[in-house]
Amino acid sequence: MQIVQLLIYLILFPLIAAVFLLFAKKSVERSWIVKISALAIGVVSLYLLVAGFDKGLITYTISGRIFDLAMLVIELVIAVYLLWLGLRHRKYSVVILVLIQAALLLWFEATYGHTIVELPNNLFFDQFSIIMALIIGIIGSLICVYALGYMETYHEHHKDIADRRGMFFFWMFVFLSAMFGLVFSNNLMWILFFWEITTFCSFILIGYSQTAEATNNAFLALAMNMLGGVAFVAALIYITTIDPSGRLLDLGALINSGYAVAIVPAVLICFAGLTKAAQMPFSSWLVGAMVAPTPVSALLHSSTMVKAGVYIIVRFAPVLTGTTEGMMIAMVGGVTFLLTSCMAISQSNAKKVLAYSTIANLGLVVACAGVGTYNLMWVAILLIIFHAIAKSLLFLCVGTVEHRIGSRDIEDMGGLIERMPKLAIMMFIGMAGMFLAPFGMIISKWAAIEAFIQAPFGLIFIIILAFGGSATLFFWSKWMGKIISVMRHQENLESSIKSEKWTVLWILTGLVVVVALIFPLISSALIEPFIMQIYGHTTRLAEANITIMLLMMGLLIIMPFSMLFQSKTPKMAPPYMGGMTTEGGMRYTGSAGVSRNLVLSNYYLRNYFGEERLFMPGTLACWGLILIAFIMVVGVVL
Amino acid sequence: MIPEPWAPVVNAVIYLLLAPVVGGLIAGIDRKVTARMQGRVGPPLLQPFYDVGKLFEKENLVVTTTQNFYVLSYLVFMAVSGALFFSGGDMLLVIFAFTLSHIFLVLGAYASYSPYSHVGAERELIQIIAYEPMIIMTAVGMYMVTTSFYVGTIVQSAIPIVLYLPGVFIGYLIVLTIKLRKSPFDLSTSHHAHQELVKGVTTDFAGPNLAKLEIAHWYEYVFLLGVVYLFFAWNPLLAIAAIIIAYFLEILIDNTTSRVKWQMTLRSAWLVAGTLGIINLGVLYYLRMVVVP
Repeated sequence: MQIVQLLIYLILFPLIAAVFLLFAKKSVERSWIVKISALAIGVVSLYLLVAGFDKGLITYTISGRIFDLAMLVIELVIAVYLLWLGLRHRKYSVVILVLIQAALLLWFEATYGHTIVELPNNLFFDQFSIIMALIIGIIGSLICVYALGYMETYHEHHKDIADRRGMFFFWMFVFLSAMFGLVFSNNLMWILFFWEITTFCSFILIGYSQTAEATNNAFLALAMNMLGGVAFVAALIYITTIDPSGRLLDLGALINSGYAVAIVPAVLICFAGLTKAAQMPFSSWLVGAMVAPTPVSALLHSSTMVKAGVYIIVRFAPVLTGTTEGMMIAMVGGVTFLLTSCMAISQSNAKKVLAYSTIANLGLVVACAGVGTYNLMWVAILLIIFHAIAKSLLFLCVGTVEHRIGSRDIEDMGGLIERMPKLAIMMFIGMAGMFLAPFGMIISKWAAIEAFIQAPFGLIFIIILAFGGSATLFFWSKWMGKIISVMRHQENLESSIKSEKWTVLWILTGLVVVVALIFPLISSALIEPFIMQIYGHTTRLAEANITIMLLMMGLLIIMPFSMLFQSKTPKMAPPYMGGMTTEGGMRYTGSAGVSRNLVLSNYYLRNYFGEERLFMPGTLACWGLILIAFIMVVGVVL
Repeated sequence: MIPEPWAPVVNAVIYLLLAPVVGGLIAGIDRKVTARMQGRVGPPLLQPFYDVGKLFEKENLVVTTTQNFYVLSYLVFMAVSGALFFSGGDMLLVIFAFTLSHIFLVLGAYASYSPYSHVGAERELIQIIAYEPMIIMTAVGMYMVTTSFYVGTIVQSAIPIVLYLPGVFIGYLIVLTIKLRKSPFDLSTSHHAHQELVKGVTTDFAGPNLAKLEIAHWYEYVFLLGVVYLFFAWNPLLAIAAIIIAYFLEILIDNTTSRVKWQMTLRSAWLVAGTLGIINLGVLYYLRMVVVP
């Protein structure tokens, strides 16, 4: 089979599945369609890896006129719909943004529609596309499968929310399709189209529950992402003004056209990337998006949406390398990483902690891509992979826990190891994947330090990493501590979890470990050839260090077996409570012989790391940095 | 003569075997000197070994059996990070393994649902985030001077590192106070009974687990003082003198200050890392990048 067919298949198949799901009324039908489609998408993404990993960059000619027209029509339909919604909900910022964008698009079409020649290469793929396709195809579809069981329980718990599951799964699969389109498109017009579709999908999915909060947050996400969309359109207009034939609308051609031509569109499109990747000052939309059902959060955070944002910035990294504009974008990422890592300390809402951690990690990716040297590119891609896996696992775990214990507050997750042992171990592994050696994220952090030290002004980022990294350590460890603290006499709550959920969770847990083990292979087969092709030289971790990491991982895997050699009848004692323990450690005898409950709570250090303390400075700093980048771009234009 | 490729392995093995002995002796000397400063005679030099021997004889009383796993992992990964260091490995990898081992200690404390143990765990975490930036900056500083993260290369560089990194060195000595669990930064568990919440992070460890914890500390001492050695590696005699002086200073500070609050610990450690560390590294960076390109 030709690879181009695989690409088209991956874009269109989820769309077909989505249409079927829209009309599937029974949950059995829906369940089968989702499972089979997920399998088909996952298998084809893997096949794309097998068939394409050694091919390098390939572009494909797809006759585009009819698609261009269809895309324009769809975009206008969406614009009209959003206009109507915006007016109905009195969200005038959205109305204005929609009007600006639609006006720009129409003007663009009217002015340049006839001058633009048909681009020869509308689709393309290289190793980076394969990596993205695997993330979308495997993790994204696993999340869809998980969503089956989740949404069923969700509607049992929330009787007041209208059951619109057909629509829900429709948009989930459209989302996947749009993401595939985004990473396979070479024509910037097409990328913009898929870009806008992902914005629209996330808007619909965030607002799923139709409560006032959900609607507000959905509009917030929409407004911020549309701001990015406007910048994207501006980039296209600039490109076409330079060359009315539109040859530079070819992504590859644009990136290779050099600083003088490419920097303006690069900064504009990276600005769009910053909004989509929820970097400060736009971080609040992703934090607000946690009102959505958990599979949506998992999808937004791991395999779609925010990953589209960093994807485009990483694509443009070669243009940004060594430029002051790139440095400003990198600084936005750096500041975001530092401040959101700190803010995560002050949060006890599990989904909020996960959200801040996502924003922080994306900040790191942006920082790497903004500086844009070859070894930092390597780190950025590695970060995208590791983060996608561990974060999806954590979201799905939190979602499952939330349905069983009725809370998503970390303080309520005490003793999870007793109540939901398997799930607690999965969460444990997922968190280890986020911050402990020798798992994925720490490998990336390490490589990032080694790469930044060779980059211009890299010291700033190393210092940011040193402080932000320790903040990361703090909030993950205390959460870990919470779930593994042993509280006796707890009821096991795991039995009601459906087998398909278990399957998804086990696969993701396995992936966290396996990918940390085989990342040298991923690097040499996919990342290094990709970097090589762009920069002419590449990087990897030293072999001796990889061996040591593998040995550490081996040690970590066998350590738990030490528990098998313990005495079968251990001598147990209640936890120490100053001599007042009663009833197996959960209660103690207080004054006058009253038996009291013992409640332990974590540190949140709100006076130091609270949102109210860090949010405004971060927002101001990042606006400042973006403003500097824009001023420099205006300088280039003039 | 040991064939070249095996030298790192031999060094690691020597560390694994001898570090507990050296570390235990350091602990013994520490107690002796401390006693003299307080006008006491103090225990015999080998007292730490007697203590650990005694602890191993005791019954292993646990709140939950998972504690055994956490404590063992703490010990194992502490030994691994030290062995990596002494075999000339990558400093950053050493630091990550070192952090991993501490997380196991923290988890071991969290595992028991005791308020004292819990507060100890939280405080241990605050200590970790207080010292980590400075430790990473130490590694980065050494890289900037010697262009290598490998301890083996740094040792052989023959560069008087401390002259290039005076700020980093002072910063390291300050976080060393945290790491050696010395007053005023002995938040999570203290040797001074008068300023302790029961026994902090170690409250619910008993017998053999406590003994393993102690041995892990000995491994840790040797590793931490090994980093001091690196600053003076061009002159081994000077290096050993520096270690002795540094450790004596730590004991002196330990006995002349009282425990501060965690806020103060975090603030002062980050302030030191944020001023001494950054200024020192910034100047180096400027010299390397701008003045001598």
